Amino acid sequence: MEGNLNLTLKIWRQKNTQTAGKFETYQVSGISTDMSFLEMIDVLNNRLIEEGDDPVAFDHDCREGICGMCSMYINGRPHGPNRGVTTCQLHMRSFKDGETITVEPWRASAFPVIKDLVVNRSAFDRIIAAGGFISVNTGNAQDANNLPINKDNADDAFAAAACIGCGACVAACKNASAMLFTSAKISQLALLPQGQIEAATRAQAMVAQMDEEGFGACSNTGACEAECPKGISIENIARMNREYFSATFSSK
Amino acid sequence: MTKIDAKIPDGNLAEKWTKFKSSVSLVNPSNKRSLEIIVVGSGLAGASAAASLAELGYKVKVFCFQDSPRRAHSIAAQGGINAAKNYQNDGDSVYRLFYDTIKGGDYRAREANVHRLAEVSGSIIDQCVAQGVPFAREYGGLLSNRSFGGTQVQRTFYAAGQTGQQLLLGAYSALQRQVGMGNVQLFTRHEMLDVVTIDGKARGIIARDSVSGALERHFGHAVLLCTGGYGNVFYLSTNAMGSNVTAAWKAHKKGAFFANPCYTQIHPTCIPVSGDHQSKLTLMSESLRNDGRIWVPKKENDTRKANEIPEDERDYYLERRYPAFGNLVPRDIASRAAKERCDAGFGVGSSKMAVYLDYAAAIIRYGKGEANKHNMHSPTDEEIQSMGKAVVKEKYGNLFDMYKQITGEDPYEVPMRIYPAVHYTMGGLWVDYNLMTTVPGLYALGEANFSDHGANRLGASALMQGLADGYFVIPYTIGAYLAAEIRTPSMSTDSEDFVKAEKAVQDRLETLMNIKGSKPVDYFHKRLGKIMWDECGMARSEKGLKASIKEIQALQKEFWSDVKIPGEINNLNLELEKAGRVADFLELGELMCIDALDRNESCGGHFRIEYQTEDGEALRDDDKYAYVAAWEYEKQSSFKLHKEELKYENIKIAQRSYK
Repeated sequence: MEGNLNLTLKIWRQKNTQTAGKFETYQVSGISTDMSFLEMIDVLNNRLIEEGDDPVAFDHDCREGICGMCSMYINGRPHGPNRGVTTCQLHMRSFKDGETITVEPWRASAFPVIKDLVVNRSAFDRIIAAGGFISVNTGNAQDANNLPINKDNADDAFAAAACIGCGACVAACKNASAMLFTSAKISQLALLPQGQIEAATRAQAMVAQMDEEGFGACSNTGACEAECPKGISIENIARMNREYFSATFSSK
Repeated sequence: MTKIDAKIPDGNLAEKWTKFKSSVSLVNPSNKRSLEIIVVGSGLAGASAAASLAELGYKVKVFCFQDSPRRAHSIAAQGGINAAKNYQNDGDSVYRLFYDTIKGGDYRAREANVHRLAEVSGSIIDQCVAQGVPFAREYGGLLSNRSFGGTQVQRTFYAAGQTGQQLLLGAYSALQRQVGMGNVQLFTRHEMLDVVTIDGKARGIIARDSVSGALERHFGHAVLLCTGGYGNVFYLSTNAMGSNVTAAWKAHKKGAFFANPCYTQIHPTCIPVSGDHQSKLTLMSESLRNDGRIWVPKKENDTRKANEIPEDERDYYLERRYPAFGNLVPRDIASRAAKERCDAGFGVGSSKMAVYLDYAAAIIRYGKGEANKHNMHSPTDEEIQSMGKAVVKEKYGNLFDMYKQITGEDPYEVPMRIYPAVHYTMGGLWVDYNLMTTVPGLYALGEANFSDHGANRLGASALMQGLADGYFVIPYTIGAYLAAEIRTPSMSTDSEDFVKAEKAVQDRLETLMNIKGSKPVDYFHKRLGKIMWDECGMARSEKGLKASIKEIQALQKEFWSDVKIPGEINNLNLELEKAGRVADFLELGELMCIDALDRNESCGGHFRIEYQTEDGEALRDDDKYAYVAAWEYEKQSSFKLHKEELKYENIKIAQRSYK
């Protein structure tokens, strides 16, 4: 026993995409406040394995808040109660002894559950493949400093590019909209001179792919921005809409 | 003894690559369309290689075990990427970057490869900017630079503390563009479990679809392993949880030599271990050593809080021991110095296994600078503090936030506690100048190969090497092999070799599932990690290594008789995936100790306590050990050593000094 938190966990268990899932309740004890949320689940899983049960499947990789793979919906909020952190950076000092914690996967029809807390987010990859790039083959570039870029624009582009593609915005949205994710990439490239040439086709192609994947519409609630672990601003959605409408009006 | 041939082109060092590029065999565009290339791994090396090769017209398949190529652990690299642009007019050049890298690697890297790396470094920055990578800029709109360890120029390009993320997303975008165009087929949540060789050449892989558990056979005229390093052999490291050696190890068992496995990099500035539950360690970027000062109390077992210890009772031991480079000495040296202080009883924090990284002085310096900038003649202490903190926040804000998240302490107010942790592996699959392993048609790129960093890697050079290999090296060097393959048609995966390889993989998975022992995979991984950290970590000895080899062999036996893997083989089974990886780590760990034992000298990250100078610096033995140790797999626990002599024709080997 390392710590003194005793917790009740209600965790969504689902065998695969085809099977219906349900909540299971588990008790964990002796949890240290220095543990991360995922390390607490590790403790549970190693116990389940020793008891002969199937451990809880969940996505995770870097455990330092940057790969975007972890994706737990904790007590009704993507990545849990704290602002600006991913589940892997959420520590148990944010919870109280005796608390009941509910853990679910991201809920969105465009993110089907694979198993337990693991969902399929490949729709995001397809949105990027539709236009989230600048068409420059390797070897075609000019000297980097031949293209000065206003620092404010570069900083804003960076802020949009900081998106980790975790999908918390979709999970937070009552419409399961992917506007924040899509707009972050469109904004990053729209803010830079390199991105101008393909700006119109990019906005149209990425929005079309987003719709095709079955993500919902945006109703300006702002939950995506509030729950985004990287603080991606909802202003990006406004910029995307401007890009999209100007592309639509000017399209031949 | 098989002769290993590095295939280094003739001629002057500075002309080798240019001459090579203009004379290497080419594959014409129509032939490229019928040549298939498999790329395993989607980090900087894999994504950049796959995108560039697809742009050239090859048919490419990309495999990654994560749910998206954008998750690869290159994403977590923080500080920056080196390039010999000399934008700062501070005396940088291709030669200096080459020289710093060879010296930083303690004279154990191959000259020709390192020079090529320095030559292409500038093009990487150009390419990334063209892709829209938002590097940090100055107010004039031009790119900003900072310093990293082991150099005296500012050649590091960066995007806050998220440089790896931005570079990887650039490469990922280029890759996804090719996916969208139909030139790359993407296989996510797929793990490569073997290389298929036919008549001695790599012809494909066996991969497992993690979701369905099904095994798949894939053909390729060439196979590129871009699968990263093996730091997770230590259990605790700054690697991602899924980072593993499996692809490289399977290749090793199919004939690819493994080079310098004992060269591991222990990074000096990581957040210390907080308890037994710890699953991974978090790096605090080396860029923090630009402005932070590292110290411990002068008094042994000092229990006062950091802020209560007066200036003259602090030992800034790096500045004291290495005045020329100070806090910016290379990583191996900074790590050993921290260990030395802690072992001597001067460590801080509850575990006493930590040193301070202090920003108080930098905050004041920046605060005063801002006051000057704004023509404030007598700023108050509070104003200096607040302006100084704002500057530090802009430069390192995300790192400070991360530290606070993990430790619950505010690094703007109290010094950070840091301690070394396993971070990177310089060793890897042996490759020739073309990045080809000893198996024809099988290549290794990025951290997965051994070639550029010698016995110690300099900061901000991993990103440079991964992208150099993928964007600018492999697109040329692969032609040397594929030009002779244009008459080889795509092969059916129903052939005996594919069927046999798949059967062997299937048997091994079933064997693992059927052990039905009593202990989870983590139990074995933690034990292996402890052996490796204690005896093959920052300090190594003949006695300790010999004992460790025996212990690891016993642990291998215990694993194969007592591991417990729940769940089913034909379903998403994360424990089964982990078990396969740990089984491979158990074999690799043994080879690392064998390699460390063979190398009776200290160099870079490899420190044998028997071989040190009077003041505790690494003592190389260039007469006997100026070679790359390339190990051939013979059978379980039996490896044969091949030596590639390292010839330094352009650099005079010297004792490495940063004093």
